[in-house]
Amino acid sequence: MVESNLNIFNSGVEFSDDDNIFRKGFVDSLFAVQLIAYLEAEFGIKVGNKDMDIKNFNSVSNMVSFVERKRQEDGGATFSQ
Amino acid sequence: MNIGLDDHQRRVVEGASEFACAVLAPQAGANEQAGKFPRDVISAMGERGFLGATLPEAYGGLGLDPVAYGLLVAAIEKGDCSASRLLTVHLALVAETILKCGSEEQVRKWIPPIACGEKICAFALTEPDFGSDAAAIQTAYTAHGGEFRINGRKRWISFSGIADLLLVIARNGDAVSAFLVERDSGGLSIEPQNGLMAGRACHISEVVLNDVIVGKDQLIGQVGQGFAYVANTALDHGRYSIAWGAVGLAEAALDAMVCYSRKRKQFGQSIASFQLIRGMIAEAVTRLYAAKSLCWRAGELRKSASPEAIVETTIAKHFAAGAAFRTACDAVQVHGGNGCTSDYPVERYMREAKALEIIEGTSQIQQILISMHGLRRFGRG
Repeated sequence: MVESNLNIFNSGVEFSDDDNIFRKGFVDSLFAVQLIAYLEAEFGIKVGNKDMDIKNFNSVSNMVSFVERKRQEDGGATFSQ
Repeated sequence: MNIGLDDHQRRVVEGASEFACAVLAPQAGANEQAGKFPRDVISAMGERGFLGATLPEAYGGLGLDPVAYGLLVAAIEKGDCSASRLLTVHLALVAETILKCGSEEQVRKWIPPIACGEKICAFALTEPDFGSDAAAIQTAYTAHGGEFRINGRKRWISFSGIADLLLVIARNGDAVSAFLVERDSGGLSIEPQNGLMAGRACHISEVVLNDVIVGKDQLIGQVGQGFAYVANTALDHGRYSIAWGAVGLAEAALDAMVCYSRKRKQFGQSIASFQLIRGMIAEAVTRLYAAKSLCWRAGELRKSASPEAIVETTIAKHFAAGAAFRTACDAVQVHGGNGCTSDYPVERYMREAKALEIIEGTSQIQQILISMHGLRRFGRG
């Protein structure tokens, strides 16, 4: 989902899991709200007020860590990257 | 057609239609001329639960799902667009945003008085020099211990003239944050805007913040999340509400167009018998059905908390606003000279429909967002 919602239209652009997608300008203004809806729906987590730290969402790697942590907090299963 | 609603939701929507016909529509034109939306009508909307329509019943709301809320907004818009705009601002832009982005304490404190209309809300994002470029707002805040000091000027803030509570977006360097500001805060002043084409009864004003102090408990969301998360959450809810408002306005204009064309006689017959008039009716019916279908689809996606709901809401808002404007223009055309006077509601519909193509993101901003979606989604081989 993340990659399919990034504004990367040129075939020469490289993108890695550690890239800061906000700094690289890969996202539009709807992205943050869409991303949270996606994480909640896909992984069954609740993104709360206190989770709203950009560091949780600014790269694919950080999103994976965030979801892992939320699932552990909720007593759910983890997944491998 | 209220398919998929349970009995409670169906009763609420039907009650809203009756309220719109009996209470709102008869005084909509007079309210516009007077430049105010009456307090007793706001109280009546609060008593019926409309001002907390989507909020949880545990907090005094009606607990409507997104589709039922959309039908409610469309019904209210048919009576008076000002009442519908109040729902958008008070409920969709502010209350739903507090519910989504606020802390548990903030929700418990603010949602019950908002749900019953005891406190009326306004959303303060736009500024004199920053509309579509909302991320560049200049209203500034500084942090002082456990407090924030806000300075700046907001413009085009619907219902700020009577609001008790404003959701204000401000910046500190690169960090944009959102704050709940109470009307009686020291340093807050309201300056009504005049000479408006639309929204004349919506108490649209400038909001001046001069060293307004708010506590940490009035910060909504985290520091720095005021635009990416809080404002965009609000705008998403607002766009959904406006999309359904456009459906209501398109239907009101179509009703007026058809009613007049049946009664008006020229060349010895009702003008509804002329093919060029029928062409306008056919296009208006088609646009209404298409707009309603897009809104309904967005509503179902919102019900299921789909991430796709956000862009589909944008598509629905873009199409429905355009549909409302074209239908309202044609309704004026069918009315001829009579359509150009305030003796008939269609000239008001036309002015209000034009505003729908501007508020909650202009049609051009929607096109940018939709085109990005198109570039990502299609033609990828």
